[in-house]
Amino acid sequence: MLRIDAQGMPYRELNQRIRDAVRAGETNFVLDNVNGQRYIGTGLEASEVRITIRGVPGNDLAAFMNGPEITVWGNAQDGVGNTMNAGTVVVHGGAGDVLGYGMRGGKLFVRGDVGYRVGIHMKEYRDLVPVLVVGGVAGAFFGEYMAGGRLVLLGLGRPDGAPLAGDYLGTGMHGGVIYLRSRPEEYTLGREVKLFDLDDSDWAFLEPLLKEFCCHYGLDSARVRAAEFCKLLPVSHRPYGRLYTP
Amino acid sequence: MSVTGFIPRTGTFTRWQQAMRVFRHGQEDLQQVFARIKENVPDRVVADHHKCVQCHYCVTHCPEGAISIQPNPLAYRGNYHWQPHHLKNIWLQAETGGKLLTGAGNDKAYFSYFDHMVLDACQVTNPSIDPLREPMELRTYLGSRPDALEFESGPSGPILKTKLAPAVQLDTPLMFAGMSYGAVSLNVHKALAMAAKACGILMNTGEGGLHADLYPYADRIMVQVASGRFGVDHDYLRRGAAVEIKIGQGAKPGIGGHLPGEKVDEEVSRTRMIPVGSDALSPAPHHDIYSIEDLAQLIYALKEATEYTKPVAVKIAAVHNVAAIASGIARAGADIITIDGFRGGTGATPLIIRDHVGIPIEMALAAVDDRLRQEGIRNRVSLVVSGGIRHSGDVAKAIALGADVVAIGTAALVAMGCRLCQKCYTGNCNWGIATQKPELTARLDPDRAAERLANLIRGWSLELKEILGALGLNAIESLRGSRLRLRGIGLSEADRRVLGIKNAGVGA
Repeated sequence: MLRIDAQGMPYRELNQRIRDAVRAGETNFVLDNVNGQRYIGTGLEASEVRITIRGVPGNDLAAFMNGPEITVWGNAQDGVGNTMNAGTVVVHGGAGDVLGYGMRGGKLFVRGDVGYRVGIHMKEYRDLVPVLVVGGVAGAFFGEYMAGGRLVLLGLGRPDGAPLAGDYLGTGMHGGVIYLRSRPEEYTLGREVKLFDLDDSDWAFLEPLLKEFCCHYGLDSARVRAAEFCKLLPVSHRPYGRLYTP
Repeated sequence: MSVTGFIPRTGTFTRWQQAMRVFRHGQEDLQQVFARIKENVPDRVVADHHKCVQCHYCVTHCPEGAISIQPNPLAYRGNYHWQPHHLKNIWLQAETGGKLLTGAGNDKAYFSYFDHMVLDACQVTNPSIDPLREPMELRTYLGSRPDALEFESGPSGPILKTKLAPAVQLDTPLMFAGMSYGAVSLNVHKALAMAAKACGILMNTGEGGLHADLYPYADRIMVQVASGRFGVDHDYLRRGAAVEIKIGQGAKPGIGGHLPGEKVDEEVSRTRMIPVGSDALSPAPHHDIYSIEDLAQLIYALKEATEYTKPVAVKIAAVHNVAAIASGIARAGADIITIDGFRGGTGATPLIIRDHVGIPIEMALAAVDDRLRQEGIRNRVSLVVSGGIRHSGDVAKAIALGADVVAIGTAALVAMGCRLCQKCYTGNCNWGIATQKPELTARLDPDRAAERLANLIRGWSLELKEILGALGLNAIESLRGSRLRLRGIGLSEADRRVLGIKNAGVGA
């Protein structure tokens, strides 16, 4: 195990040390006193690598990442999992805006709330199906332009009557599924989506995923499960067809 | 009867003559050429003038030489203000209620500054150089240059202490502009890649990913990252010679891309990493970029992902405030800025945007180069310009205005057969360029097309050497930003001020 004290260390130096160590065969990292260093795990390609972060990592954590597993004991900032291909990120706090932008594979779990434009442009390709689970609530434009993958929004611990997500939920969505642990008001939805009830195949996917989520955070999965779930699907795979004149 | 029914919508000025004879000769393969013919029975073939786009494929390939396309004099009444395209578009929109689509670049009669600038030459007192006898240096490097060089003394002379930023070497100051696989066929991409490798220049993937067939040429390929992130993964970033963040393009500044699901076949799907038949939407803004700081974040994310081994470019369209934007991009850490002028081409764009948004590349380039020099940061970035470059004269003028490298898209397609029919967005390109239909893409032989592209690059490079020789220069570097070697003809004072050039007849 390689332990790095990141106190006052520029991100470029920190990330170079991680890359060099991975090349030398190191697979287990603990980063202490992380305080805003960007790009941790960015472009890292090694499925056996585990990185434990104590503190608050900076923007673009795990961007273009392919394989590693990152656990954050704290909050994360913007752009976690940007264009990520494979791997897992577990955040034991909240996170910022544009998580999982263009994410194509892997899993991203956030215990708390997340900001705006989370899960936008997520896409799937063959066996690559990205999954992003948010324990708390999300800001506006959740799942904007979503083309594939699975977004799960649980809204745990929010005050009674508080909305699960901000406005424009699923705007421009043309693929994938958004699972919601409550039924949002229709007016908050994007025009391209509609709400549906869950069927058996949804539960076959969701049940083990919720267990995995609860396992990360020590939550009771039966209690998380015990609520009205629904899903958001695009009404059309071609939301922007018929606008043009050839 | 509909109002539009009177006159052919597209190719309205065309009438085919004698075309039918070839069919009576039983030229089966030509019936493919005549795919746009409506009625096709052995004895009687009727050409559908509405569908003719004047791509000239049939004219070029008819072994009988039997086909000619001529304007239909009765198509439209003449009117200086209401021109045929205005009428046609109104009729069309009155029928469909949609946005008008088009392809290629702005074809409207805007003033061309390239055509009103001339280059200098040496006479008597400062001798010109004969490029046939003397070495002429066209080699160009794309990348950031340091503010100053530091040396330390070593046992066998000074050793460079300054750590240089990564750069890509080009044998001539040209490259192929970004055109995505999806918008153009795989054969086009192969041809561009082969020619780039053969000529020691670069091609640019556009935002459609990198097909595995192009991997052998990847050291000559700039890979693009756009808002849709199609085909972008760690592998893609690592293979490319350089990475370009696409913010905008000249044919559609502020407008996103939209590859219709019909064009996403098995191969395009694999390359873009999206399911077959799904729409590929690249919205105009990157929704993670709302400021220069956000752009800097993506630039450095790409540098981290490629371990600082490749230059990172940012491509923008030439718009009013281009100089300030370029300054921000340079300060955000980009190594290359690509500026695409309003004549730049595209596979598909709303017509109204293509023809009315953006500014000429000559003006944008002059303004950006000025601004970066004034701020003392011109060395931090290489400038690549594009947008309607038609010949090596345009290239030389652009370099004299301050460009490092000139990118050609339309000219490269023309070299491969494109007739500028501007119907790229239909996916029915008869020349096999802007289509994914197997029967059409098969018409373009990638080896032959690569040869033609390489010939074009060679021809232009020879001409550039000729121009340099006439100017008394022996390196393209000496012409770069040397606006003293340009003169304006018929330009207003305001034009000349922006371009930073003197009027013809005014000496040094």
